Amino acid sequence: MSTSSLIFASSLVFVAVFISYYQKLGIEKEIIIGTARAVFQLMVVGYILHYIFSANNALFTLAMVAVMILVAGDNASKRGKEIPKIFYYVTFSIAVSAAVTLSLLILFGNIKFEPQQVIPVSGMIIGNSMVASGLSVSRLKDEIKNRQEEIEAYLALGATSRQAAQKVIKMSIKTGMMPTVDSMKTLGIVQLPGMMTGLILGGVDPITAVKYQIMVTFMLASTVAISCFTVTFLTYRTFFTKQHQLRQAF
Amino acid sequence: MEIELKNISYFRDGKYILKNVYFKFEKNGIYTVIGPSGAGKSTMLKLINRLIEPTEGAIFINGVEYKNIDVILLRRKIGMVFQRPFLFEGTVKENIELGPFLRGEKNIDALFYLEAVGLSKDYLFKDVNNLSGGEAQRVSIARALANSPEVLLLDEPTSSLDPTSASIIEELIKRLNREGIMVILVTHNMEQAKRIGDYTLFLYKGELIEARKTGEFFENPISEVSMLFLKGKLKEMIK
Repeated sequence: MSTSSLIFASSLVFVAVFISYYQKLGIEKEIIIGTARAVFQLMVVGYILHYIFSANNALFTLAMVAVMILVAGDNASKRGKEIPKIFYYVTFSIAVSAAVTLSLLILFGNIKFEPQQVIPVSGMIIGNSMVASGLSVSRLKDEIKNRQEEIEAYLALGATSRQAAQKVIKMSIKTGMMPTVDSMKTLGIVQLPGMMTGLILGGVDPITAVKYQIMVTFMLASTVAISCFTVTFLTYRTFFTKQHQLRQAF
Repeated sequence: MEIELKNISYFRDGKYILKNVYFKFEKNGIYTVIGPSGAGKSTMLKLINRLIEPTEGAIFINGVEYKNIDVILLRRKIGMVFQRPFLFEGTVKENIELGPFLRGEKNIDALFYLEAVGLSKDYLFKDVNNLSGGEAQRVSIARALANSPEVLLLDEPTSSLDPTSASIIEELIKRLNREGIMVILVTHNMEQAKRIGDYTLFLYKGELIEARKTGEFFENPISEVSMLFLKGKLKEMIK
């Protein structure tokens, strides 16, 4: 794609601005700022990736993955900002899911430990973990708040915190995983995923693109399950005291 | 069992919900806790069940500070039934077995506890969603009984029931007490307190104003606040 054709494509943003103006949505400024930020961020990332790819240094690659995890952790933890230490729990969960999934992919020979492969794949893993763990935390917080009396009824019967929270733990993990599971069901029929589309646009044979996409599907199933499970089990404890009491502060 | 509340206070959201309450539940009987809304009645029950922690003071069970007793064991010995029964999805049997099941016990005689609350074996495999309010509350009491408690804390168990169901629960409470279970009952219903209470504790704005034999309290209240409350002339009227 030439730079000039990309500039022409930018006119599509004005369609969004026009609709906002015409329907008095009042988000014209936000669309323009959002677009400018996206262009700037992608340009910066493009140059950083260009440098990392040409350097082909394992430390640079891992540093890039670490930055992605930290940013994702910061973003997902906003879903439960009232919860103490939530940033650490979310970031740890994303890191665990990324480490396990990436290691397995490298071990099975699906990808090589090269920046060109590790960084884009990590991006997909971390991005999905971020969304899934954020959803899990948010559901956990809401359910514990709404089911306070029910949980206390369990505790009063002699249940431990874990036993009393079991139902909401299940709900939270499921909530985080469901968008990925749902999208797996319609993959290729309702939606052609980004990676596959990108490969086909880049001239790769569709069969090869499909193989990669299947790998990505397996990878995302594992990554969201690990991150939702880890973040939910780390976080639910913060709602209880050591004496199996529901904290009153949340 | 003897439960001693030793100058307990509970402070939350910038105010005292309970303030410097001293009382000893020492004789097996039915203790009714009355007072206007927000007086701290339910908070007192939650503190005894250790669902919350006193901000000041201490609670002693048979002379031992309850912080030194395993909390899970404490909650089994001091059962609590809430205003809403909170039955869990499944059958009546599964609900009754829940307490013992949580500590790994199997082969519980659910029918024994079901009959103890006056329900027949036909109810055993009923889905809890098909129970009336009164039946559900009796199942929740049976569930608490399955832990073999020595004390039952009842937080307005009849407030949402029709008079017939409420009367069945009252008879059940009296029978359980005769069988040796100490009962501490929070109620908004003065007539109920008069009917079944051996002792009455009157709380107002978190303070224990009076604690006496029920007959004496209702016939001859000592404090002015108690008198006004019984005449229905306090600002925070009973429902």
